[in-house]
Amino acid sequence: MAAKAIQWVDDRLGLSEIRKLADHKTVPVHSATRWYYFGGITLFLIGIQIITGTLLLFYYRPTVAEGFDSVRFIMTRVEFGWLIRSIHSWSANLLIFVAFIHMFSVVFTHAYRPPRELTWASGIILLGLMLGFGFSGYLLPWNQISYFATKVGTDVARSTPMVGEAMARILRGGDDVGAATLTRFFALHVMVLPIITAALVGMHVLLVQKNGMSTPPWIPADRVRHIKFFPNFFLRELMVWYGALAVLGSLAALFPWELGIKADPFASAPKGIRPEWYFLAQFYTLKLIPSRVWIFEGELLGIAGFGIGALAWALLPVWGVRRSGEVRQKLVTGAAIFVVAYLAVFTALGYFK
Amino acid sequence: MRALQIRPIAILIPILAAALAAQQVSPPAKDTCIECHTAMDGPIQKPALLIKDDIHIANGLSCADCHGGDRSSDDPTVAMSKAKGFVGAPKRTAIPQFCAKCHSSPDFMRRFRPQQRVDQFELYKTSVHGKKLAEGDDNVATCIDCHSVHDIRAVKNPQSPVYPSRLPDTCGRCHADANKMAKYGIPTNQLDQYHTSVHWADLKNGDLAAPNCASCHGNHGAKPPEVASVAAVCGSCHVLFAQNYDKSVHQPIFSGASGGGGCIVCHSNHGIHKPSTAMLAGPKAVCSGCHEPGTPGAKTAGQMAQWIDGLGEALKHSEAVLAEADKAGMEVSEAQVRLDDGRDDLVKARLAMHTFDAEEMHKPIEAGMAIADETLRAGQTALHEKNVRRVGLAVSVFFIAVTVAALWFFIRRLEASGSGYLESSN
Repeated sequence: MAAKAIQWVDDRLGLSEIRKLADHKTVPVHSATRWYYFGGITLFLIGIQIITGTLLLFYYRPTVAEGFDSVRFIMTRVEFGWLIRSIHSWSANLLIFVAFIHMFSVVFTHAYRPPRELTWASGIILLGLMLGFGFSGYLLPWNQISYFATKVGTDVARSTPMVGEAMARILRGGDDVGAATLTRFFALHVMVLPIITAALVGMHVLLVQKNGMSTPPWIPADRVRHIKFFPNFFLRELMVWYGALAVLGSLAALFPWELGIKADPFASAPKGIRPEWYFLAQFYTLKLIPSRVWIFEGELLGIAGFGIGALAWALLPVWGVRRSGEVRQKLVTGAAIFVVAYLAVFTALGYFK
Repeated sequence: MRALQIRPIAILIPILAAALAAQQVSPPAKDTCIECHTAMDGPIQKPALLIKDDIHIANGLSCADCHGGDRSSDDPTVAMSKAKGFVGAPKRTAIPQFCAKCHSSPDFMRRFRPQQRVDQFELYKTSVHGKKLAEGDDNVATCIDCHSVHDIRAVKNPQSPVYPSRLPDTCGRCHADANKMAKYGIPTNQLDQYHTSVHWADLKNGDLAAPNCASCHGNHGAKPPEVASVAAVCGSCHVLFAQNYDKSVHQPIFSGASGGGGCIVCHSNHGIHKPSTAMLAGPKAVCSGCHEPGTPGAKTAGQMAQWIDGLGEALKHSEAVLAEADKAGMEVSEAQVRLDDGRDDLVKARLAMHTFDAEEMHKPIEAGMAIADETLRAGQTALHEKNVRRVGLAVSVFFIAVTVAALWFFIRRLEASGSGYLESSN
């Protein structure tokens, strides 16, 4: 009877194909294999975000009048609401951190090289989307810090050449951060960004399946052993996921995410206002640039610089690989070390200064 | 064509510049009073040196506007001649009228400060100072004793001797001087007492709304408040306290008290200290001056002190527990806001105490205690919850660790025979 039912489903869905794929999929084993796990952790944390985000939606109300109070209600009245909200906030931050590690591991092991250009491109867009999730989600509790950080953030967007004014208006839904900003950030956070993310994550994972795991160019192909993805690698990944879950649970229980005080648009901006840590390096750089550099406005120059830098980074498979298909290892590794050092130093300066 | 367009502007610029130059304020008129007196030595030079800071000079007036004479003449006999209206320095007893020539004239004062009062002289005449002066006593304060002379500054100028924070010392120059006050038979300890008061503590810390001498005694019409009006004087700031006191059983009794009445019976006058429950009960209790220990009045006062102290302690305890929970990352902001209502009740209880009606006072005490209890429970629940979370975390982490270990052993067993490993095929 059971065999018949399985056969019935298999005839219609082709599950045996997936089983065959799982049977045949292998993972290379070498000195850099550990970095493969970070892609899996990122995926796991995205899953956590979807689950906890959906649970938060049961109670959260995206209005200026009720936003803050509904989050407080979640934190104080809803059974395990504090845990769900704290995990969502901690997981969001860990997710971005792990995504950065994943990206840099791809750069240092030169996994972006052909035929994985699209995997790289979709990953870069996904990282941008994660930052978008962070920026839009930060405002939703409608507290004093998030309100003013969003004001500063959208002001930076305004400085973008040509389209800045329009961009800031579209983001804010008006001249200033207000009720319209909250509802559109909410729509972005729970509808627009998730749909695009789901599509791109699907594409990213499919491409990984299609092209297999990349082996660093300095490891001779004949010296690489492989293990079966299922169950050998999968079980190891599961162990790492459990570890991530323990870290998340500990952070949420020992350091519950703060709620702050309700946003008051008429209050003066709190002292030491600054964005989330993952925007600190850019924020601090913009602060350092003089208001005028030669004939250009300083902020404009900074934003243009970030734009060009991000574009160059996204085009890494183009300039990082010779026509012969050989990777420009020294150039790419040097550039990556520079970017890591810049991000680390400027984030630290932005945090402590 | 372009040159033609520029030409009219080139012509206009010097014309505009000339017009602007013509509009410049003309140089001050010659003032031989200041010129000559500056060149002299000794006391006769002093006014000329002081006058640069004077508000009258700043408003375009000169020495001659008060003292008469001709300031444009280089000849002293002409400049200070009676023919030119020179009146010299007025006698001390004539100073108020001398200043009032202008300061009592609405038409004159309007030219400088339309909102300036012009009733100072009339008020001064009703004051103790004014009355004594009219009797010929030239030791009493006249305008210049408080406002200074020749370097008179606006009241709002922090260097003015009548600036709120400097006024107590200005009054004290005479009223704290035992020699000067001896013939009037009034005490000279007011300034010392005031310097120990809560009013001075606020004033010296920059709260210019805190009372100085003039706030209670008036300035130009300075006279001590009568016994009957003390409560009204204090009540002009402490409105609600005065209203409760007026309804109280003490009002008719204290109004008839000799040597001062009303608020000062308990709070004193110049040396008003921050009130505490020690005023109600204990060895320094002011109530015990009338209500001997063991009497119903003393018992009620003791009960009131106990209530206020009890509510204060309960609120502090709740605050500490909430702060501990807050520090541990627990969300207790609702209870912390609620605690403010309890603090309001404590203020209301202190206010209601001035009805001297225990029943009336117990209402806010009861409400405040309920809030203290409620917020304490919220804090304790949060702390308990914190512990529950930690235990929950420890249990979860334990099970996760067991699962991870089980997976590890499972993988090892699985791969013990080399299963799962494939040698490189490419």
